[in-house]
Amino acid sequence: MQRLNLTIWITFSTVVLLLGAIWIWFSITPPGTTTQGSIPAPQQGFLAPDFKLTTFAGDSYTLSELRGKPVLINFWASWCPPCRTEMPAIQRVYDEFQDQSFIVLAVNTTYQDDLGDAITFAQIRKLTFPILLDRDASVANLYDVRSLPTTFFVDPQGIISEVVIGGPMSEALLRIRAEQILEGNP
Amino acid sequence: MLPTLQLGPLALQVPGLVLLAGLWLGLTLSERRARRIGENPGDLFNLVFIALIAGIIGARLSYAITYPSAFAANPLSLLSINPGLFDPLAGVFIGICAAAIYIYRKQLPFWSTLDALTPFFAVLAVAQGIAHFAAGSAFGTPTDLPWGINLWGATRHPTQIYEILLAAIILLAVYLIDKSQLGQTSGFTFLSFIALSSAARLFSEAFRGDSTLIGNGFRSAQIISWLVLAACLALLGRRVQLARTTEKTSQ
Repeated sequence: MQRLNLTIWITFSTVVLLLGAIWIWFSITPPGTTTQGSIPAPQQGFLAPDFKLTTFAGDSYTLSELRGKPVLINFWASWCPPCRTEMPAIQRVYDEFQDQSFIVLAVNTTYQDDLGDAITFAQIRKLTFPILLDRDASVANLYDVRSLPTTFFVDPQGIISEVVIGGPMSEALLRIRAEQILEGNP
Repeated sequence: MLPTLQLGPLALQVPGLVLLAGLWLGLTLSERRARRIGENPGDLFNLVFIALIAGIIGARLSYAITYPSAFAANPLSLLSINPGLFDPLAGVFIGICAAAIYIYRKQLPFWSTLDALTPFFAVLAVAQGIAHFAAGSAFGTPTDLPWGINLWGATRHPTQIYEILLAAIILLAVYLIDKSQLGQTSGFTFLSFIALSSAARLFSEAFRGDSTLIGNGFRSAQIISWLVLAACLALLGRRVQLARTTEKTSQ
């Protein structure tokens, strides 16, 4: 213990803190450079990768054309129990916020689902938001979807504000996130 | 990156599993250290358990208080396992308060208890780095360096690997400090761990691509780390000074 002289310790601490302060100064980066908004990637803080898909009825939706509106993208399949469980909550939140431009795009992973089952499920549950068909897994691959359900909350600028892997999501989470994105505070 | 592990119908969250494994391993090491120096390992287990439970409940309640209408409409959401419905800062604060109350009521020696928990914290820090790597979070800025990794549309600094390596070095360092003569001063091992971890974060944050910026481009995590480092260095000096005074008095 006596070997650790207090004067030496104070000198050491001062040098360490000075070096730390210099490193902080050296690490200054212009505002905006650490947010990755301009690069498309399926991760929070990045631009949501663009895609174009069609519904059962043949209506076409392109994500980039929805810029200016908050979007919830939900990847699901009719055989997936948590997907089935969370759909009614998504529908209720959509009903509540759709008049404020809140969009839900439910991307059915048709490449691994039975299209008939998916249509029946949507009809029984009276889902009114667009059900998009990803027949060749191109959009699921673009979004690096590895398990179902996976949900992306996209703000009006097209930036992913949150990724929720797995489910079912609670209605409170859906409601809070919709409110946050609409208030511009994702 | 491996955010989920699909086992049949089950999608296991790898970051969560890694943190759970870190929790178990860290607590085991802390209990083993406590046994070696004649302390009660049961106290450590209870302390961590109480802090965790209080932290989890506190984090959820704090979140519910922040968004009362959403939870009033769906009271069952209070029991939801969605990690997005927690207030992490409030959880940490309430967990620390619960731990402090336990230490006070059981009259555990404050600094020695923190020293005993240091292996737990150090292993958790390594686990956190691995969890970040699995999730692809805490990613780096784009780089041309040969060890850059391809992630989120660019070749980036492997900040998660930096984090794991630094945490592993700190784990080894605190083990050596704890065994050394300096480690005999109560609080020295714990404060060294916090100081080293702050210094590591101060260094590695410069390569992060997801830093929160304040002022004219300062990285907020670096400012906080610098302040914590300064406080730790001051406390370390104070602990050593107190130990020397006690030594002289006893002579």
